[in-house]
Parts: sequence; structure tokens; C-alpha cells
Amino acid sequence: MSPEEELQSNGSVASSTRNIVGVLKEHNYLGLSDCSSVGSSNLSGLADDDKATISLKATELTLGLPGSQSPARDTELNLLGPAKLDEKPFFPLLPSKDEMCSSSSHKNIASGNKRGFSDTMDKVPVYTEKNWMFPEAVVATQSVIKKEVAQNLPKGKLSTTNNSSSPPAAKAQIVGWPPVRSYRKNTLATTCKNSDEVDGKPGSGPLFVKVSMDGAPYLRKVDLRSYTNYGELSAALEKMFTTFTLGQCGTSGGTGKDVRNETKLKDLLNGKDYVLTYEDKDGDWMLVGDFSWEIFIGVCKKLKIMKGCDAIGLAAAPAPAPRAMEKSKMRA
Amino acid sequence: MNYFPDEVIEHIFDFIASHKDRNSISLVSKSWHKIERCSRKRVFIGNCYAINPERLIQRFPSLRSLTLKGKPHFADFNLVPHEWGGFVHPWIVALAKARVGLEELRLKRMVVSDESLELLSRSFSSFKSLVLVSCEGFTTDGLASVAANCRHLRELDLQENEIDDHRGQWLNCFPESSTALTSLNFSCLKGETNLAALERLVARSPNLESLKVNRAVPLDALTRLMSCAPQLVDLGVGSYENEPDQESFMKLMAAIKKCTELRSLSGFSEVAPLCLTAFYPICQNLTSLNLSYAAEIQGNHLISYFELQELRVFPSDLHDEEDNDTAVTEIGLVAISAGCPKLHSILYFCKQMTNAALITVAKNCPNFIRFRLCILEPNKPDHTTSQSLDEGFGAIVQACKGLRRLSVSGLLTDKVFLYIGMYAEQLEMLSIAFAGDTDKGMLYVLNGCKKMRKLEIRDSPFGNAALLADVDKYRTMRSLWMSSCEVTLGGCKRLARNAPWLNVEIINENENNDVMERNEEDEREKVDRLYLYRTVVGARKDAPPCVTIL
Repeated sequence: MSPEEELQSNGSVASSTRNIVGVLKEHNYLGLSDCSSVGSSNLSGLADDDKATISLKATELTLGLPGSQSPARDTELNLLGPAKLDEKPFFPLLPSKDEMCSSSSHKNIASGNKRGFSDTMDKVPVYTEKNWMFPEAVVATQSVIKKEVAQNLPKGKLSTTNNSSSPPAAKAQIVGWPPVRSYRKNTLATTCKNSDEVDGKPGSGPLFVKVSMDGAPYLRKVDLRSYTNYGELSAALEKMFTTFTLGQCGTSGGTGKDVRNETKLKDLLNGKDYVLTYEDKDGDWMLVGDFSWEIFIGVCKKLKIMKGCDAIGLAAAPAPAPRAMEKSKMRA
Repeated sequence: MNYFPDEVIEHIFDFIASHKDRNSISLVSKSWHKIERCSRKRVFIGNCYAINPERLIQRFPSLRSLTLKGKPHFADFNLVPHEWGGFVHPWIVALAKARVGLEELRLKRMVVSDESLELLSRSFSSFKSLVLVSCEGFTTDGLASVAANCRHLRELDLQENEIDDHRGQWLNCFPESSTALTSLNFSCLKGETNLAALERLVARSPNLESLKVNRAVPLDALTRLMSCAPQLVDLGVGSYENEPDQESFMKLMAAIKKCTELRSLSGFSEVAPLCLTAFYPICQNLTSLNLSYAAEIQGNHLISYFELQELRVFPSDLHDEEDNDTAVTEIGLVAISAGCPKLHSILYFCKQMTNAALITVAKNCPNFIRFRLCILEPNKPDHTTSQSLDEGFGAIVQACKGLRRLSVSGLLTDKVFLYIGMYAEQLEMLSIAFAGDTDKGMLYVLNGCKKMRKLEIRDSPFGNAALLADVDKYRTMRSLWMSSCEVTLGGCKRLARNAPWLNVEIINENENNDVMERNEEDEREKVDRLYLYRTVVGARKDAPPCVTIL
């Protein structure tokens, strides 16, 4: 099945895929989002036709699984009309999501083990603006695969792509894979996020989450449990990311200018230029500050310091609190 | 040569250091065999169950340095039961009893106890060097006895061992008179270190070339250590989460600048970006850079290290797979191959790969000796063409004529093994997972790779036909591992019958031994894990219940 055939077979989706192709080309392939990257591409290593192929591949795969919608999903789905699909994306930040979806939809169909992606898809009905590019076929498929994955046990060779009838085992269940020494895993684990959230009880150990910042080459990790409120977190992040914003301010970071720079940074972080967002357990990006601190550290998976222009959609969305309530209702 | 007195021949043999060459010499004639074995100082035993300590000592009475390896490689990935074996104690007991003048002991994947270390430290007065890699079973108390009793200790190198850290004062146990240290690596210790003792030790060790500290050594201590050891060639740093203040940073940079001999860097778990930048000035001289524990460093920062020879890129977060901001892909590998022409060893974990990228890498770096690529998702094809990666790996083995070690991954058919058998003439170790279609794949490798020593296969459709096709091949190999493949109990039994010089071990951890005893006819039962190796001392006596030796 060539991509072209796929595109023509379904008229309504075809328009979305064209948009997908157009939008994906604009974004950094590696998902390093940047306000200025919209419209430009940093894909030096990748030929244009490769990018096109990637986009088309993503399309091909999303179309490759018709009729696999789980009935339960339909009621939850906010069926996206074609009109929605023509909108320019509000969230260039979501190249990471886009890429994740395009490559992971490919991947999911192959292995069905992209839990995070499935969770993202669960949220389609509510966050239509963010997930506009994903037809419900994908959503349903992912959830179907997700269900089946749990029951599969690894045995012999895994099946290859486009074999949704017998989804291979989840990666997590394969003994000794990926081949990383337990010594190393344990060492890395001490710096990874604490994942004992099964019953919602907070562990007593550190709760590390990654913090990334648009335009910064490094990620950092913070232990959420070492702070007691948003103010402390904010102060710590400001301190951590001073180097990058100072760089962007064009200062040399000399001692004499520290005070002035700090103030500038505060303005940067708290003002229009930067907002602090987080990814919650369901894979959605939300503005920090909606919940009480205790609830926040329970749901926060990742932090991201976004440029204000990237977060427009978030800010413009309906008040987070009701949305959050809806989410918890749905979760229940 | 026969007219020379033995001492002269022996002196000539002294120039021949490589194990392979010395083994060859010993086969020339009886008299050479005798001269060689009596003068042999260093012995390498790749599988501790291939021989026993008594025979070793009998043959090599002048033994000074012994290297022993225990568990098979896949033990690293939890595929071998904890109690499988590889105990060093009997070796130390035998060596001590025979009063061997042991000076150096290097162990990999062996079980070591405090008792063994204590006995070691007391039995060999000239003991100089202890290297433990991926070992387990001991505590810092054992290290304390080594530090205290081995008066001539030069090297204590602990790499990725599971050590119970009693937070004792083992560093204090080095006597004040000990000034001979050339290498100290305790990076795998998890507890606090006595910094004062460490600094004193480093200060009185002018010959110290390699120092690798653990996470608990803070930045200012590291700076002080580097300042009093500017002769360092190999440095392993600790964990530096917080950005240093201005003054600390300047001091660190100054100390680093003084270490003009520095060629190798490692450590860097939890490193704040500024700390890393402090090392940039010396990076152009680096030949080895191990950032494998640094979860936050992006691969694209490495491509400017022109002198780089070895590189390991691990998945940054094994629990968090959706993090595409930092996903490692074929782009990084191509960039590295273009920027580091001296690269000869690479271990690269990534999300995806393409044939085109591998072909480019092969062109850029034909000097690879070790090429290990692990695509995280099993069976993943070339993500741009949906094809298998046969051609990509084929290009690697064709271009890299000196390739000795290869790990393959992704979607692979029998064809890749045809390429490997045809082109990988120097290949000694091959790791296969979730690959191949039929027995032919394994046969291509067994028939083609004349220098194969270690073959390890998991979750691939190779069965009895491949296993039994050429039994004598296993005489030339150290070991074969097959797990979750198609070999059956019957096939293994037949092999064991035809090759009494092999230990054919069946590992069945989950089931009780009733399975083994129960139905002798049930030879069609697939074997979960098979590990076979040549040996001259027959079945070992220390196998646990879950291991059956046929």
C-alpha cells in the first residue's frame, strides 16, 4: 500500500494529512521546539524527501488501521471535523508530540507499547486544539492496542509492522531488554522519576521530574518533594535556567550585573515571555498553578518552560480548573 | 633455535606478550611448551569453568597475573540466575595453597566475597593490582582488608560492581607508607567517602594516573584532588547537580587546565551544564569519553571531539520512552561518524535507524573494531523505507575489515547473517536478538566466521539443525548462548552426547527440576536457556539446582 493510495482512499482524512505534511515539514524533526522554528527547519541531516516520507509514513500508518475503533471510545471522542484540521497549530511546542505521534503511531502499530501516546489520545475530546491532527481512527487504534498489549507475553519473534491482529508484547515485559546492565539501570533509576504512583500514595523518596526549556540545550531534573510550594519551585527553576536566559539576554553574566539580570529573569519567567507548564499523567500539557501543590506533585510528570508565544493555546483555553475537574471525572 | 640454551629461548619469549602468541608458541614442540609454560607470567582464562585452578597452577608455576571471567555476558541483563556460579574463592584458595607469587588479579562477572578478599590480601605479599568488573558479593570491608594488607598495591579498579557499602573507613586503611598507587577507581561505591583520607592518599601518590571517584565526592573536593594530581591521565568525576558558584567554577577550570595529560573522562552522573563546560578546553585531547551515566547530555554535543576513539550512548531514561526532545536517532550516529574519524568502538542505543545512515557510517568509519547498535524496539525496520536493516549492517561488516565485536538489532532477516558470514572475517563476538528467519541465519555465521569465539543469541528462530550442524565448530569457540530460541531438549542432549568436551548447560529457572526428570521422551520440549562451552575439566560441581549439565 503506497502512501499515495492511502491518501486518496479517504477524502476527509486526506485533507488532514496534507496539513500534517505541511505542518510537520515546518517543525524541527527532533522535536526541539522553538518559537522561531515555526516555518524553518533544522533538519540538516535529513533530506527533504525523507521528511516528506516520514510525514507520509505517519499518515499511512494512521490510515492503515480502519475499522478498529472500540465502541466505548466513540462516546468520548469529539469527532474532529475537517474544518478543525485546517487550523494552524496553536502549539508548535507539540512538535515533540507530533513527532512522537508520527513515529510512535508507526511504532505503536508495530509494537503497541507506547503507553504515553495512548494516554495522550485519550484526551482528544477535551483538548481538541492540541490534538487536532489526529483522526479518531488513530485514537481508537491506540487504545485497542493498549488493551491487548497487557495480555501478551513475549514468546519468540515479535511480529512486524502493520500487524494489529496480533500486537507484539509490550517492551516492558521482555526480560533483559533493552540490554542495559541492571547496575546501570539502578544507577540511572536513582535519578529518574519515582514511579510508585499505582495507588496514588505518594512515596517518601525523591520525586524527580525533567525540566526542559525552549531553546536550552540541556534538560535538568528537579525533585518536586524538595519544595513545599510553587514559589520555591519557581525560584529554584529561575536559578537553574539563569544561564540560558542570560545568554539570550546577551549578557556576560558578570557579577556586577547579577541583580539586574535576576530581575530581568524574573520578568522573563513570570511575565509574558515565559510560562511554566507541565505534562500530567495523561500526557497533557497544562499551565502550572491550577492545582494545589500537593495535587500538582502527584500528577506532574514533566516540566517545561515555554515561550509565551508557544503557550498561547494553553492560556486561551477555558479555565483549567473545570477542565481538570472533567478530567478527574473521566478518570474515575 | 634448538641449539640455544633454555634461558635464551625464555628470554626471547619474554618479548612475546600476547596470549594468543604464547599459546601458539607452546604448541611448537615439547621443549618450547615446557619453556613457555615455566616462564609464563600472565594467564587469561575467558571462562572460569574451562579449567580448574589446580591444573592452571600445575602448568604455570610462575604465574603472576590471572584474569578470570565468570558469568556469560547476558547475565548483565538478568538472563542468568543469580546463583549460577562463577565463584572466585576456590581459585584464591588454590593459589594461596600453592604459594603462587600472585601480583595481579582481574575478575569479570564473578562472585567475590569479603572472605576471598581477606584471604587474597594476606596470601600474596607482592600483590599489586586488583581489578573487579561487574562482580558482586562483597562489601567495603573486603576493600578495607585489601587496602590495609597489600603493601605494594598499585591498582584498585572497581568497575560497575555491586558492592555493599558499609560506609566504613576503608580509605583510611591505606597505610601512610603506601605511595605506589597508580590507579584508584571506586566510582561504583554508593556511600559517602572519607574525603580527607582520599585527599591525603592522592597527595602522597605521585604516580597516580587514573582516579575515578564516586558520586559522593563534591565539586570542591574534586577540584582539590585534581590540583594535587595534575599528572592524571584518566579522570572519573562524581555527581554535580547544582551549578557551581563563580569562585568554585574558576577554581575547577584552573585545576582542569593544569591536567595537561588528561585523555579520558567518565562519570558525570547528574552534571550541571556549567560543570561540563569547564571540561571543554581539554576535550580536544580526549581519546575516551564516557558520558553514559549523564542522563541529560545531548548526543549532538559529542560530535566535535576529533580524537574520540570510544563512545557509548545509552538511553537517557529507560522509564520514559515518550521523551522525543532527547530521542537518539540515526542522525546522531551519522554526525558522530562524520565528526570522529578515529572512532573505533561504539555502543549506541537509539530509537530508530535507517540503512542509509548505516551505509554512511560505514563509509565514514571503516576502522570500527566494536560496533554495537541497539535499537530499543525489537524488530524495528528502517523507519523511512520499512525494510529490514540487512543492508545497513551488511555495509558495516563489509567496510570494517577489522571488526571484532558486533551487536545487531532492528528488523533483520537471514540475509544479514549471510553478509556477516561472508565479510566479518575477524569477528570474535556476535550478539543477536530478535533477528533472523531460519536456521540458515545461524549457519551462515557458524560456517563463515572463522574467528568466532562468543556467540550469544536470544529470541531468534534458530533450532536444532543449526545447533548440531557442525559440532566441532564449538572446539574453536569459547561459548555459545541461546535463549528463547527453537532448540529442544532432545537437540541439546544429542549435542552433549556427541561432544563430551562440551559442558551443555540448560537453565530453567522458573520450573522445578521435575521437568528435567519427568519425561525423558519429551525431547521436543524447547529449551529456555542454553549455555555451552568447551572445557577440559568436565561438568562443574557448583551448579545450582536450576542448572542442568547434560
